[in-house]
Amino acid sequence: MSIQVRTMADMMASGESPDILFWVGCAGSFDDRAKKITKALVKILNHCKVNFAVLGAEESCTGDPAKRAGNEFTFQMQALMNIELLNGYEVKKIVTACPHCFNTLKNEYPELGGTYEVIHHTQLIQDLINTGKLTLADNGTFKGKKITFHDPCYLGRANDVYEAPRELIVKLDAALVEMKRCKTNGLCCGAGGAQMFKEAEKGNKEINIERTEDAIETSANIIATGCPFCNTMMTDGVKHFEKEEDVKVMDIAELIANAADL
Amino acid sequence: MQQLIFGVLTLSSFGFFAFNLRKIAQNIHMGLPLDRTDRKADRWRTMLLVALGQKKMFTRPIPALLHLTIYASFVITQIELIEILVDGISGSHRFFQDSLGGFYTFMISFIEVLSVLAFIGTVAFLARRNMLKLPRLNMKELAGWPTQDANLILVFELILISFIFTMNGADEVLQGYAGNSNGFAISSWLGPILFEGKSAHTLHVLEQIGWWGHIIMVYTFMNYLPYSKHLHIFMAFPNTYFSKLEPKGQFTNMASVTAEVKLMLDPNADPYAAPATDAAPSRFGAKDVTDLTWKNLMDAYSCTECGRCTSACPANTTGKLLSPRKIMMDTRDRMVELGDYKRKNGSDAEDGKSLLGNYITEEELWACTSCNACVQECPVNIDPLSIIIDLRRFLVMEESKVPTELTGMLTNIENNGAPWQFAPTERMNWANEE
Repeated sequence: MSIQVRTMADMMASGESPDILFWVGCAGSFDDRAKKITKALVKILNHCKVNFAVLGAEESCTGDPAKRAGNEFTFQMQALMNIELLNGYEVKKIVTACPHCFNTLKNEYPELGGTYEVIHHTQLIQDLINTGKLTLADNGTFKGKKITFHDPCYLGRANDVYEAPRELIVKLDAALVEMKRCKTNGLCCGAGGAQMFKEAEKGNKEINIERTEDAIETSANIIATGCPFCNTMMTDGVKHFEKEEDVKVMDIAELIANAADL
Repeated sequence: MQQLIFGVLTLSSFGFFAFNLRKIAQNIHMGLPLDRTDRKADRWRTMLLVALGQKKMFTRPIPALLHLTIYASFVITQIELIEILVDGISGSHRFFQDSLGGFYTFMISFIEVLSVLAFIGTVAFLARRNMLKLPRLNMKELAGWPTQDANLILVFELILISFIFTMNGADEVLQGYAGNSNGFAISSWLGPILFEGKSAHTLHVLEQIGWWGHIIMVYTFMNYLPYSKHLHIFMAFPNTYFSKLEPKGQFTNMASVTAEVKLMLDPNADPYAAPATDAAPSRFGAKDVTDLTWKNLMDAYSCTECGRCTSACPANTTGKLLSPRKIMMDTRDRMVELGDYKRKNGSDAEDGKSLLGNYITEEELWACTSCNACVQECPVNIDPLSIIIDLRRFLVMEESKVPTELTGMLTNIENNGAPWQFAPTERMNWANEE
């Protein structure tokens, strides 16, 4: 199935306005693995006939990694430019598949003049299912599979979203198995706070290895995430243990798109 | 004579305590202003749940229960302290016993039972720290004074409780000789075991040793608090009341930066205009405790060095130098050092040292993943992450000390609007790829 996606500029030109803006994020736009998550989400949006748009070439980094790295100047340059753009398009509601974009847009843009309703894609998908717009095919894709959910810090602790992704896993007819450190106690994947873009400081172990051990301990077949950076870190962790055959790292959007036969 | 000694002792104890509390208040006021007066109902609820109700302690049930025995016993014993003050000043013996009757027996019995539980709890805490060697209680930042402080607090508690039972036990046997037993739950059987057969005079002396020993320990402990991590028993309350109520992921907005950025983005701005004199702060981010907010400094006084933050920190558990507990201990040590220096040499005096550099290193700061595990774990809502980020801000914005790879990331964001080197025009490529 080919995907249908339109830009804000395109819609404006033809006098239309979308119900929701899909903020793709830098990872979702440029990272090969994360692009698959982007496409999975667009398939779901298309299937449910959601009237959405993306910013395309006009989108720019939210400034999250700059802010976490302590560079408030770069952060605010990005934020103020993005807010001008978003307010120009009169954007009211935003969905994103990246918890870092989610946190920044939702919590840190209002003080700079950008107030929007911002939701994480797991919350949107949950809503689509609950309102009957999306039904999962009874194809048994995940029947008998064990899935564990790795809580992204910027979704969980940072914004108290713990249940939406878990409810979706339960809907897959799979067994949700929890790691010993989960929800409020969830261990970071190691990518946050701009660590994604630098080598870790000197230590005796990489954080993603520690976290992948937690996941492997559950003997789950799938490690589900809701963050492109967590996805990268956990995928690297699984490779480190040479478990690629037994353990897949997948985003919730991909799991749902599979289960809905999209 | 005894009443006079008691009066002088009480006044000087409270006087010295007040003197030290004033220093603490002064030190906290070295911090920058921050408004935490909004959402009063939420603040009261947070304080009642987290400080009074110890909600966050119970994520680890065993230490929570042990802690609860000591906490409950401490709070309830304060009622008995009222009687001790009345007896001490008036020279009476168990002032409330006759008027309260059976209720008095119940209250003292209740306190006795709690005291026994607290004694057991304290012994267990000593064992966890010194025999079981719990990792988080034996880390390198605790070497020296912090470990002594921790053990001293526990030993103080044991002595305090021992005096209570010396007093009540001797009194029990003494009253028993006169045919009217006090009938308190523990001392009515512990007293005879310890002191049966002793002369009335000896028992009276023992009772007095217990009474005086108890009150002297209370005053000693009270005046030890300002120098100790044990100050958390008071600071937990204001500290939870003034908690950050925004989502944990929301970092503070730097308004001083907004003014400058808006100027940069405004094509009509006059580049040669004189900078507004009132807006810009002395520096961006924090180099020393005076660049942190008063709440950061209150956090430091509220820390009892339990190390739950550090044991949950992904950087620390994988062997990195960062320990959120050390960040808080360093902040307090530096604040006390600078506060004392300023009181001696005037409020504008500088001692040439700073929190960043003399206490906290860059390597510690760059190990943080900003995951908020430390903030989540803290039983009294301390926020080490906010200090870490403010120190990073100083490093980056004032000193341009950024790890090389991050310089690349930041340049990319500035040049092409993404942390990696991709052109904005490539942003939609995913839509056409298979």
